[in-house]
Amino acid sequence: MNVPEELRYTTQHEWLREEEDGTVTVGITDHAQAELGDVVYVELPAVGDEVAQGASFGVIESVKAASDLYAPVSGAVTAVNGALEAAPQQVNEDPYGAGWLLKLNPARPAEEGGALLTAAAYRELLP
Amino acid sequence: MATPAPAQADLKRTPLHAAHLRLGARLTAFAGWSMPLQYAGIIAEHHAVRSAAGLFDVSHMGELECIGARAADCVARLTCLDVERLAVGQARYSLILNEAGGIIDDVIVYRLGDAWYRIVINAANAAAVAEHARAVAAAAGGAELRDAGAELRDAGAELGLVALQGPRAAAILQRAAGAAVGALGRYRCRPTAVADVPVLAARTGYTGEDGFELFVAAEYADALWSHLLEAGADEGLAPAGLGARDTLRLEAALPLYGHELGPDVSPLEVGLGRFVRAGGGYVGAEALRRRREEGVPRALAHLQLHGRAVARAGNPITTAAGTPIGSVTSGGYGPWLRRGLAMGLVERRHAAPGGELTVLIRGRPHGAAVVPRPFYRREEG
Repeated sequence: MNVPEELRYTTQHEWLREEEDGTVTVGITDHAQAELGDVVYVELPAVGDEVAQGASFGVIESVKAASDLYAPVSGAVTAVNGALEAAPQQVNEDPYGAGWLLKLNPARPAEEGGALLTAAAYRELLP
Repeated sequence: MATPAPAQADLKRTPLHAAHLRLGARLTAFAGWSMPLQYAGIIAEHHAVRSAAGLFDVSHMGELECIGARAADCVARLTCLDVERLAVGQARYSLILNEAGGIIDDVIVYRLGDAWYRIVINAANAAAVAEHARAVAAAAGGAELRDAGAELRDAGAELGLVALQGPRAAAILQRAAGAAVGALGRYRCRPTAVADVPVLAARTGYTGEDGFELFVAAEYADALWSHLLEAGADEGLAPAGLGARDTLRLEAALPLYGHELGPDVSPLEVGLGRFVRAGGGYVGAEALRRRREEGVPRALAHLQLHGRAVARAGNPITTAAGTPIGSVTSGGYGPWLRRGLAMGLVERRHAAPGGELTVLIRGRPHGAAVVPRPFYRREEG
Protein backbone atom coordinates (compact mmCIF):
# COMPACT_ATOMS: atom_id res chain seq x y z
CA MET A 1 0.00 0.00 0.00
CA ASN A 2 1.35 3.38 -1.00
CA VAL A 3 1.92 5.71 2.01
CA PRO A 4 4.03 8.69 0.88
CA GLU A 5 6.62 9.77 3.47
CA GLU A 6 6.03 13.53 3.13
CA LEU A 7 2.32 13.50 4.02
CA ARG A 8 0.49 13.49 7.37
CA TYR A 9 -2.38 11.08 8.06
CA THR A 10 -5.44 10.56 10.24
CA THR A 11 -6.88 7.43 11.79
CA GLN A 12 -9.85 7.98 9.45
CA HIS A 13 -7.58 7.20 6.47
CA GLU A 14 -7.25 10.72 5.17
CA TRP A 15 -4.03 12.42 4.19
CA LEU A 16 -2.98 16.01 4.56
CA ARG A 17 -0.22 17.98 2.84
CA GLU A 18 1.03 21.34 4.10
CA GLU A 19 1.50 23.65 1.12
CA GLU A 20 4.03 26.50 0.95
CA ASP A 21 1.24 29.10 0.98
CA GLY A 22 0.07 27.91 4.41
CA THR A 23 -2.98 26.01 3.16
CA VAL A 24 -3.36 22.25 3.51
CA THR A 25 -4.57 19.82 0.85
CA VAL A 26 -6.72 16.87 1.97
CA GLY A 27 -7.53 13.55 0.35
CA ILE A 28 -8.12 9.90 1.20
CA THR A 29 -5.34 7.34 1.32
CA ASP A 30 -4.52 4.57 -1.10
CA HIS A 31 -5.72 2.08 1.52
CA ALA A 32 -9.02 3.96 1.87
CA GLN A 33 -9.70 4.04 -1.87
CA ALA A 34 -8.92 0.34 -2.15
CA GLU A 35 -11.28 -0.46 0.72
CA LEU A 36 -14.04 1.69 -0.77
CA GLY A 37 -13.81 0.26 -4.25
CA ASP A 38 -14.97 2.17 -7.32
CA VAL A 39 -15.78 5.76 -6.32
CA VAL A 40 -18.76 7.18 -8.22
CA TYR A 41 -19.63 10.42 -6.41
CA VAL A 42 -18.02 12.86 -3.99
CA GLU A 43 -20.05 15.42 -2.09
CA LEU A 44 -17.84 18.30 -0.94
CA PRO A 45 -18.47 21.59 0.90
CA ALA A 46 -18.44 24.96 -0.86
CA VAL A 47 -15.42 27.25 -0.98
CA GLY A 48 -15.66 29.53 2.07
CA ASP A 49 -17.38 26.95 4.29
CA GLU A 50 -15.84 26.37 7.72
CA VAL A 51 -15.04 22.78 8.68
CA ALA A 52 -14.31 21.55 12.21
CA GLN A 53 -11.65 18.98 13.03
CA GLY A 54 -13.20 15.54 13.38
CA ALA A 55 -16.56 16.64 11.96
CA SER A 56 -17.98 15.32 8.71
CA PHE A 57 -17.29 17.67 5.80
CA GLY A 58 -18.63 15.55 2.98
CA VAL A 59 -19.48 12.12 1.68
CA ILE A 60 -17.74 9.78 -0.69
CA GLU A 61 -19.90 7.24 -2.51
CA SER A 62 -18.51 4.05 -3.93
CA VAL A 63 -20.64 1.61 -5.88
CA LYS A 64 -21.37 -0.29 -2.71
CA ALA A 65 -21.77 2.35 0.00
CA ALA A 66 -21.58 5.94 1.20
CA SER A 67 -18.86 6.94 3.69
CA ASP A 68 -18.46 10.16 5.63
CA LEU A 69 -15.36 12.29 5.20
CA TYR A 70 -13.94 13.81 8.40
CA ALA A 71 -11.93 17.03 8.54
CA PRO A 72 -8.35 16.37 9.70
CA VAL A 73 -8.02 19.99 10.93
CA SER A 74 -10.36 22.94 11.43
CA GLY A 75 -10.35 25.72 8.88
CA ALA A 76 -11.96 27.49 5.95
CA VAL A 77 -12.30 25.76 2.58
CA THR A 78 -10.21 27.59 -0.03
CA ALA A 79 -10.67 25.16 -2.93
CA VAL A 80 -12.48 21.93 -3.82
CA ASN A 81 -11.52 19.49 -6.55
CA GLY A 82 -14.21 20.23 -9.14
CA ALA A 83 -12.77 17.67 -11.54
CA LEU A 84 -14.17 14.90 -9.34
CA GLU A 85 -17.69 15.87 -10.38
CA ALA A 86 -17.10 14.48 -13.86
CA ALA A 87 -14.31 12.02 -12.98
CA PRO A 88 -14.75 10.67 -9.44
CA GLN A 89 -12.68 7.61 -10.39
CA GLN A 90 -9.58 9.85 -10.03
CA VAL A 91 -9.88 9.17 -6.28
CA ASN A 92 -9.13 5.50 -7.06
CA GLU A 93 -6.61 6.10 -9.79
CA ASP A 94 -4.50 8.79 -8.14
CA PRO A 95 -5.53 9.28 -4.48
CA TYR A 96 -2.50 11.46 -3.60
CA GLY A 97 -2.57 13.49 -6.81
CA ALA A 98 -5.50 14.19 -9.14
CA GLY A 99 -7.85 12.59 -6.62
CA TRP A 100 -7.37 15.27 -3.92
CA LEU A 101 -10.58 16.45 -2.27
CA LEU A 102 -10.16 19.98 -0.92
CA LYS A 103 -7.80 22.67 0.35
CA LEU A 104 -8.19 24.34 3.73
CA ASN A 105 -6.85 27.46 5.34
CA PRO A 106 -6.20 25.94 8.78
CA ALA A 107 -7.46 27.81 11.84
CA ARG A 108 -4.09 27.08 13.49
CA PRO A 109 -0.91 25.35 12.34
CA ALA A 110 -1.80 21.81 11.32
CA GLU A 111 0.76 20.22 13.65
CA GLU A 112 -0.93 21.74 16.72
CA GLY A 113 -3.96 19.55 16.22
CA GLY A 114 -2.00 16.70 17.73
CA ALA A 115 -4.15 14.09 15.96
CA LEU A 116 -2.04 13.78 12.83
CA LEU A 117 0.13 10.76 12.16
CA THR A 118 3.44 10.39 10.40
CA ALA A 119 3.66 7.98 7.46
CA ALA A 120 5.36 5.41 9.72
CA ALA A 121 2.63 5.70 12.39
CA TYR A 122 -0.12 5.45 9.77
CA ARG A 123 1.46 2.36 8.22
CA GLU A 124 1.13 0.67 11.61
CA LEU A 125 -2.67 1.02 11.37
CA LEU A 126 -2.88 -0.85 8.10
CA PRO A 127 -3.56 -4.58 7.99
CA MET B 1 -13.64 7.92 6.54
CA ALA B 2 -14.23 4.63 8.29
CA THR B 3 -14.08 1.24 6.61
CA PRO B 4 -15.04 -1.54 9.00
CA ALA B 5 -14.17 -4.99 7.70
CA PRO B 6 -16.90 -7.58 8.09
CA ALA B 7 -16.06 -10.44 10.45
CA GLN B 8 -15.56 -13.63 8.48
CA ALA B 9 -15.67 -16.03 11.42
CA ASP B 10 -18.86 -18.01 11.99
CA LEU B 11 -19.99 -17.48 8.40
CA LYS B 12 -21.08 -20.35 6.19
CA ARG B 13 -18.80 -21.08 3.26
CA THR B 14 -19.86 -22.15 -0.20
CA PRO B 15 -18.13 -25.06 -1.97
CA LEU B 16 -16.27 -22.37 -3.96
CA HIS B 17 -14.68 -20.64 -0.96
CA ALA B 18 -11.19 -21.92 -1.82
CA ALA B 19 -11.65 -20.74 -5.42
CA HIS B 20 -12.48 -17.22 -4.21
CA LEU B 21 -9.38 -17.14 -2.02
CA ARG B 22 -7.23 -18.30 -4.98
CA LEU B 23 -8.63 -15.45 -7.05
CA GLY B 24 -7.95 -12.89 -4.32
CA ALA B 25 -11.61 -11.99 -3.90
CA ARG B 26 -12.67 -9.45 -1.32
CA LEU B 27 -15.11 -11.34 0.87
CA THR B 28 -18.19 -9.95 2.53
CA ALA B 29 -20.82 -11.24 4.91
CA PHE B 30 -24.18 -11.77 3.23
CA ALA B 31 -27.16 -13.52 4.87
CA GLY B 32 -24.85 -15.51 7.10
CA TRP B 33 -22.52 -16.54 4.27
CA SER B 34 -18.98 -15.51 3.43
CA MET B 35 -19.35 -14.42 -0.18
CA PRO B 36 -17.14 -12.71 -2.76
CA LEU B 37 -18.05 -9.02 -2.95
CA GLN B 38 -15.66 -8.37 -5.81
CA TYR B 39 -12.52 -9.60 -7.55
CA ALA B 40 -11.12 -6.99 -9.96
CA GLY B 41 -13.71 -4.37 -8.99
CA ILE B 42 -17.46 -3.98 -9.23
CA ILE B 43 -17.47 -1.70 -12.28
CA ALA B 44 -15.00 -3.84 -14.25
CA GLU B 45 -16.99 -6.99 -13.45
CA HIS B 46 -20.27 -5.29 -14.35
CA HIS B 47 -18.84 -4.27 -17.73
CA ALA B 48 -17.47 -7.77 -18.31
CA VAL B 49 -20.97 -9.21 -17.89
CA ARG B 50 -22.58 -6.63 -20.21
CA SER B 51 -19.93 -6.91 -22.92
CA ALA B 52 -18.64 -10.52 -22.62
CA ALA B 53 -19.46 -12.75 -19.65
CA GLY B 54 -19.15 -13.12 -15.89
CA LEU B 55 -19.06 -16.14 -13.60
CA PHE B 56 -20.87 -15.87 -10.26
CA ASP B 57 -20.93 -18.15 -7.24
CA VAL B 58 -24.55 -18.16 -6.09
CA SER B 59 -24.28 -21.34 -4.03
CA HIS B 60 -25.69 -19.45 -1.05
CA MET B 61 -29.13 -19.64 -2.67
CA GLY B 62 -31.32 -22.29 -1.05
CA GLU B 63 -32.93 -25.23 -2.83
CA LEU B 64 -36.07 -26.96 -1.67
CA GLU B 65 -37.23 -30.03 -3.52
CA CYS B 66 -40.70 -31.45 -3.65
CA ILE B 67 -40.77 -35.02 -4.84
CA GLY B 68 -43.47 -37.66 -5.16
CA ALA B 69 -46.82 -38.38 -6.75
CA ARG B 70 -48.46 -35.38 -5.04
CA ALA B 71 -45.51 -33.01 -5.54
CA ALA B 72 -47.43 -30.79 -8.00
CA ASP B 73 -50.21 -30.27 -5.43
CA CYS B 74 -47.65 -29.32 -2.83
CA VAL B 75 -45.97 -26.73 -5.12
CA ALA B 76 -49.37 -25.41 -6.23
CA ARG B 77 -50.35 -24.78 -2.59
CA LEU B 78 -47.00 -23.23 -1.67
CA THR B 79 -46.50 -20.91 -4.67
CA CYS B 80 -48.77 -18.86 -6.91
CA LEU B 81 -47.34 -20.61 -9.97
CA ASP B 82 -49.61 -22.16 -12.58
CA VAL B 83 -47.98 -25.51 -11.85
CA GLU B 84 -50.10 -27.50 -14.29
CA ARG B 85 -48.59 -25.59 -17.19
CA LEU B 86 -45.00 -26.23 -16.11
CA ALA B 87 -43.61 -29.03 -18.28
CA VAL B 88 -40.65 -31.21 -17.39
CA GLY B 89 -37.51 -29.26 -18.30
CA GLN B 90 -39.14 -25.88 -17.73
CA ALA B 91 -38.51 -23.22 -15.11
CA ARG B 92 -40.67 -20.30 -14.02
CA TYR B 93 -40.35 -17.28 -11.75
CA SER B 94 -42.90 -17.35 -8.94
CA LEU B 95 -43.72 -16.11 -5.45
CA ILE B 96 -44.41 -17.60 -2.06
CA LEU B 97 -47.05 -15.52 -0.27
CA ASN B 98 -48.26 -15.26 3.31
CA GLU B 99 -51.95 -15.43 4.26
CA ALA B 100 -52.16 -11.63 3.97
CA GLY B 101 -50.96 -11.79 0.35
CA GLY B 102 -47.53 -10.34 1.23
CA ILE B 103 -44.34 -11.80 -0.20
CA ILE B 104 -42.38 -14.36 1.81
CA ASP B 105 -39.95 -14.96 -1.03
CA ASP B 106 -39.55 -14.83 -4.78
CA VAL B 107 -38.38 -18.09 -6.27
CA ILE B 108 -37.65 -20.00 -9.45
CA VAL B 109 -39.48 -23.31 -9.73
CA TYR B 110 -37.83 -25.96 -11.92
CA ARG B 111 -39.64 -29.12 -12.97
CA LEU B 112 -36.95 -31.76 -13.14
CA GLY B 113 -39.19 -34.78 -13.57
CA ASP B 114 -42.83 -35.82 -13.71
CA ALA B 115 -43.08 -35.59 -9.93
CA TRP B 116 -39.89 -33.69 -9.08
CA TYR B 117 -39.77 -29.92 -8.49
CA ARG B 118 -36.86 -27.79 -7.32
CA ILE B 119 -37.59 -24.39 -5.78
CA VAL B 120 -34.65 -21.98 -5.58
CA ILE B 121 -35.05 -19.56 -2.69
CA ASN B 122 -33.12 -16.54 -1.41
CA ALA B 123 -30.31 -17.23 1.04
CA ALA B 124 -31.63 -14.61 3.46
CA ASN B 125 -34.95 -16.45 3.61
CA ALA B 126 -33.86 -20.05 3.33
CA ALA B 127 -34.68 -21.07 6.90
CA ALA B 128 -37.97 -19.14 7.07
CA VAL B 129 -39.13 -20.43 3.70
CA ALA B 130 -38.28 -24.03 4.53
CA GLU B 131 -40.26 -23.72 7.76
CA HIS B 132 -43.19 -22.08 5.99
CA ALA B 133 -43.13 -24.74 3.27
CA ARG B 134 -43.29 -27.52 5.84
CA ALA B 135 -46.21 -25.81 7.59
CA VAL B 136 -48.05 -25.37 4.30
CA ALA B 137 -47.41 -28.97 3.30
CA ALA B 138 -48.66 -30.12 6.69
CA ALA B 139 -51.80 -27.96 6.52
CA ALA B 140 -52.45 -29.24 3.00
CA GLY B 141 -52.56 -32.75 4.43
CA GLY B 142 -48.98 -33.51 5.31
CA ALA B 143 -49.59 -37.12 6.31
CA GLU B 144 -51.77 -37.59 3.28
CA LEU B 145 -49.13 -36.05 1.00
CA ARG B 146 -46.42 -38.19 2.52
CA ASP B 147 -48.52 -41.32 2.23
CA ALA B 148 -49.00 -40.52 -1.42
CA GLY B 149 -45.25 -40.06 -1.67
CA ALA B 150 -44.78 -36.26 -1.60
CA GLU B 151 -41.63 -35.34 0.23
CA LEU B 152 -40.24 -31.88 0.90
CA ARG B 153 -36.48 -31.86 1.28
CA ASP B 154 -33.78 -29.22 1.66
CA ALA B 155 -31.12 -29.82 -0.99
CA GLY B 156 -29.20 -26.60 -0.27
CA ALA B 157 -26.18 -28.20 1.38
CA GLU B 158 -25.66 -30.76 -1.40
CA LEU B 159 -25.67 -28.29 -4.26
CA GLY B 160 -23.40 -25.63 -5.61
CA LEU B 161 -24.86 -23.07 -8.00
CA VAL B 162 -22.82 -21.15 -10.56
CA ALA B 163 -24.22 -18.44 -12.84
CA LEU B 164 -22.58 -17.86 -16.23
CA GLN B 165 -24.03 -14.62 -17.57
CA GLY B 166 -23.44 -12.33 -20.53
CA PRO B 167 -23.63 -12.18 -24.32
CA ARG B 168 -20.76 -14.70 -24.64
CA ALA B 169 -22.22 -17.13 -22.07
CA ALA B 170 -23.76 -19.49 -24.65
CA ALA B 171 -20.55 -19.70 -26.67
CA ILE B 172 -18.50 -20.36 -23.54
CA LEU B 173 -20.83 -23.07 -22.24
CA GLN B 174 -20.97 -24.63 -25.69
CA ARG B 175 -17.21 -24.84 -25.70
CA ALA B 176 -16.96 -26.09 -22.11
CA ALA B 177 -19.74 -28.65 -22.38
CA GLY B 178 -19.04 -29.71 -25.93
CA ALA B 179 -22.74 -30.28 -26.34
CA ALA B 180 -25.63 -28.39 -27.90
CA VAL B 181 -26.49 -26.83 -24.55
CA GLY B 182 -26.17 -23.37 -26.13
CA ALA B 183 -29.47 -24.13 -27.89
CA LEU B 184 -31.34 -24.50 -24.57
CA GLY B 185 -34.37 -22.19 -24.65
CA ARG B 186 -35.05 -19.38 -22.17
CA TYR B 187 -36.35 -20.74 -18.87
CA ARG B 188 -35.56 -24.29 -19.92
CA CYS B 189 -33.31 -26.68 -18.04
CA ARG B 190 -31.68 -29.99 -18.76
CA PRO B 191 -28.90 -32.21 -17.44
CA THR B 192 -25.57 -32.02 -19.24
CA ALA B 193 -21.89 -32.33 -18.39
CA VAL B 194 -19.06 -29.83 -18.33
CA ALA B 195 -15.67 -31.55 -18.52
CA ASP B 196 -17.20 -34.74 -17.15
CA VAL B 197 -18.86 -32.89 -14.28
CA PRO B 198 -22.60 -33.57 -14.31
CA VAL B 199 -24.61 -30.35 -14.08
CA LEU B 200 -28.18 -29.27 -14.46
CA ALA B 201 -28.03 -26.33 -16.86
CA ALA B 202 -30.85 -23.78 -16.80
CA ARG B 203 -31.16 -20.76 -19.08
CA THR B 204 -31.98 -18.37 -16.26
CA GLY B 205 -30.26 -15.52 -14.49
CA TYR B 206 -30.45 -12.28 -12.57
CA THR B 207 -28.38 -9.82 -14.60
CA GLY B 208 -30.54 -8.73 -17.53
CA GLU B 209 -28.23 -10.69 -19.85
CA ASP B 210 -28.55 -14.02 -21.58
CA GLY B 211 -26.97 -16.76 -19.53
CA PHE B 212 -27.13 -19.95 -17.55
CA GLU B 213 -27.35 -21.15 -14.00
CA LEU B 214 -25.60 -24.44 -13.40
CA PHE B 215 -26.50 -26.68 -10.48
CA VAL B 216 -23.65 -28.94 -9.48
CA ALA B 217 -22.94 -31.40 -6.67
CA ALA B 218 -21.02 -29.46 -4.01
CA GLU B 219 -17.92 -31.66 -4.31
CA TYR B 220 -17.58 -30.89 -8.05
CA ALA B 221 -18.30 -27.17 -7.83
CA ASP B 222 -14.63 -26.14 -7.77
CA ALA B 223 -13.79 -28.29 -10.81
CA LEU B 224 -16.74 -26.82 -12.73
CA TRP B 225 -15.78 -23.26 -11.77
CA SER B 226 -12.15 -23.69 -12.81
CA HIS B 227 -13.04 -25.36 -16.08
CA LEU B 228 -15.50 -22.61 -17.02
CA LEU B 229 -13.03 -19.83 -16.20
CA GLU B 230 -10.44 -21.54 -18.39
CA ALA B 231 -12.87 -22.18 -21.25
CA GLY B 232 -14.03 -18.56 -21.17
CA ALA B 233 -10.66 -16.86 -20.83
CA ASP B 234 -10.43 -16.07 -24.57
CA GLU B 235 -13.98 -14.79 -24.56
CA GLY B 236 -13.39 -12.23 -21.81
CA LEU B 237 -15.04 -14.21 -19.02
CA ALA B 238 -14.35 -12.71 -15.58
CA PRO B 239 -15.28 -13.91 -12.10
CA ALA B 240 -17.90 -11.54 -10.71
CA GLY B 241 -19.05 -10.95 -7.15
CA LEU B 242 -22.17 -9.95 -5.28
CA GLY B 243 -21.38 -6.27 -5.84
CA ALA B 244 -21.75 -6.59 -9.61
CA ARG B 245 -24.71 -8.95 -9.18
CA ASP B 246 -26.51 -6.12 -7.36
CA THR B 247 -25.65 -3.35 -9.85
CA LEU B 248 -26.57 -5.62 -12.79
CA ARG B 249 -29.96 -6.51 -11.32
CA LEU B 250 -30.60 -2.83 -10.52
CA GLU B 251 -29.96 -1.80 -14.15
CA ALA B 252 -32.24 -4.63 -15.27
CA ALA B 253 -34.82 -3.44 -12.68
CA LEU B 254 -35.13 -6.92 -11.19
CA PRO B 255 -36.68 -6.92 -7.71
CA LEU B 256 -34.75 -8.08 -4.64
CA TYR B 257 -36.21 -9.57 -1.50
CA GLY B 258 -35.80 -7.18 1.44
CA HIS B 259 -35.88 -4.21 -0.96
CA GLU B 260 -38.76 -4.26 -3.43
CA LEU B 261 -40.25 -7.43 -1.93
CA GLY B 262 -41.23 -8.24 1.63
CA PRO B 263 -43.99 -9.55 3.90
CA ASP B 264 -45.85 -6.23 3.77
CA VAL B 265 -45.60 -5.83 0.01
CA SER B 266 -48.20 -7.22 -2.38
CA PRO B 267 -47.12 -8.58 -5.78
CA LEU B 268 -49.77 -6.26 -7.22
CA GLU B 269 -47.83 -3.23 -5.94
CA VAL B 270 -44.51 -4.15 -7.50
CA GLY B 271 -45.68 -5.10 -10.98
CA LEU B 272 -45.64 -8.87 -10.39
CA GLY B 273 -49.38 -9.43 -10.86
CA ARG B 274 -48.67 -11.35 -14.05
CA PHE B 275 -46.86 -14.04 -12.04
CA VAL B 276 -49.91 -14.68 -9.86
CA ARG B 277 -52.11 -17.45 -11.19
CA ALA B 278 -55.82 -16.83 -11.57
CA GLY B 279 -58.11 -18.75 -9.27
CA GLY B 280 -57.12 -19.86 -5.80
CA GLY B 281 -55.73 -22.84 -4.03
CA TYR B 282 -52.49 -21.27 -2.79
CA VAL B 283 -51.65 -19.44 0.40
CA GLY B 284 -52.47 -15.73 0.02
CA ALA B 285 -54.92 -16.13 -2.87
CA GLU B 286 -57.94 -14.86 -0.92
CA ALA B 287 -56.08 -11.79 0.34
CA LEU B 288 -54.89 -10.99 -3.19
CA ARG B 289 -58.43 -11.27 -4.55
CA ARG B 290 -59.65 -8.75 -1.94
CA ARG B 291 -56.68 -6.51 -2.69
CA ARG B 292 -57.57 -6.50 -6.38
CA GLU B 293 -61.13 -5.42 -5.57
CA GLU B 294 -60.09 -2.74 -3.10
CA GLY B 295 -57.46 -1.25 -5.36
CA VAL B 296 -53.70 -1.00 -5.00
CA PRO B 297 -52.57 2.39 -3.67
CA ARG B 298 -48.82 1.98 -4.21
CA ALA B 299 -46.70 1.14 -7.24
CA LEU B 300 -43.03 0.79 -8.04
CA ALA B 301 -41.52 3.86 -9.73
CA HIS B 302 -38.32 3.61 -11.75
CA LEU B 303 -36.17 6.70 -11.32
CA GLN B 304 -33.19 8.01 -13.24
CA LEU B 305 -31.41 10.72 -11.29
CA HIS B 306 -30.42 13.88 -13.09
CA GLY B 307 -27.21 14.50 -11.18
CA ARG B 308 -24.43 12.17 -10.09
CA ALA B 309 -25.63 11.76 -6.51
CA VAL B 310 -26.37 8.17 -5.51
CA ALA B 311 -29.80 7.31 -4.09
CA ARG B 312 -29.89 4.50 -1.55
CA ALA B 313 -32.63 2.32 -0.09
CA GLY B 314 -34.63 4.27 2.47
CA ASN B 315 -34.19 7.72 0.91
CA PRO B 316 -37.54 9.57 0.94
CA ILE B 317 -39.24 10.30 -2.40
CA THR B 318 -41.36 13.43 -2.82
CA THR B 319 -43.19 15.14 -5.65
CA ALA B 320 -41.28 17.93 -7.36
CA ALA B 321 -43.26 20.24 -5.04
CA GLY B 322 -41.99 18.42 -1.95
CA THR B 323 -44.97 16.30 -0.87
CA PRO B 324 -43.78 12.94 0.55
CA ILE B 325 -45.10 10.02 -1.55
CA GLY B 326 -42.86 7.06 -0.71
CA SER B 327 -39.28 5.90 -0.45
CA VAL B 328 -36.44 4.28 -2.37
CA THR B 329 -36.34 0.47 -2.17
CA SER B 330 -33.11 0.03 -4.19
CA GLY B 331 -30.77 2.71 -5.40
CA GLY B 332 -27.27 2.96 -6.72
CA TYR B 333 -24.99 3.79 -9.57
CA GLY B 334 -25.61 1.98 -12.85
CA PRO B 335 -22.10 1.32 -14.18
CA TRP B 336 -23.16 0.48 -17.76
CA LEU B 337 -25.71 3.28 -18.09
CA ARG B 338 -23.44 5.62 -16.10
CA ARG B 339 -26.42 7.01 -14.24
CA GLY B 340 -27.81 7.09 -10.74
CA LEU B 341 -30.79 4.72 -10.71
CA ALA B 342 -33.44 3.93 -8.14
CA MET B 343 -36.62 1.96 -7.66
CA GLY B 344 -39.11 3.11 -5.08
CA LEU B 345 -42.57 2.37 -3.77
CA VAL B 346 -44.71 5.49 -4.21
CA GLU B 347 -48.35 6.52 -4.43
CA ARG B 348 -49.56 4.86 -7.60
CA ARG B 349 -50.47 7.99 -9.54
CA HIS B 350 -46.86 9.23 -9.31
CA ALA B 351 -45.26 6.05 -10.65
CA ALA B 352 -46.12 6.53 -14.34
CA PRO B 353 -43.14 7.14 -16.66
CA GLY B 354 -42.78 10.71 -17.88
CA GLY B 355 -43.10 12.37 -14.49
CA GLU B 356 -40.52 14.18 -12.39
CA LEU B 357 -39.92 13.30 -8.73
CA THR B 358 -37.45 14.29 -6.04
CA VAL B 359 -35.24 11.98 -3.97
CA LEU B 360 -33.98 13.30 -0.63
CA ILE B 361 -30.38 12.13 -0.23
CA ARG B 362 -28.95 13.08 3.17
CA GLY B 363 -31.84 15.55 3.38
CA ARG B 364 -31.03 17.34 0.14
CA PRO B 365 -33.40 17.23 -2.84
CA HIS B 366 -32.17 15.63 -6.07
CA GLY B 367 -34.33 15.61 -9.19
CA ALA B 368 -35.15 12.35 -10.97
CA ALA B 369 -37.11 11.38 -14.07
CA VAL B 370 -39.68 8.58 -13.83
CA VAL B 371 -38.69 6.23 -16.66
CA PRO B 372 -40.06 2.97 -18.09
CA ARG B 373 -38.92 -0.38 -16.70
CA PRO B 374 -36.28 -1.76 -17.15
CA PHE B 375 -33.47 0.80 -17.12
CA TYR B 376 -31.37 -1.57 -19.20
CA ARG B 377 -32.60 -4.04 -21.80
CA ARG B 378 -30.15 -6.17 -23.74
CA GLU B 379 -30.21 -6.24 -27.51
CA GLU B 380 -31.68 -9.54 -28.63
CA GLY B 381 -29.06 -11.27 -30.70
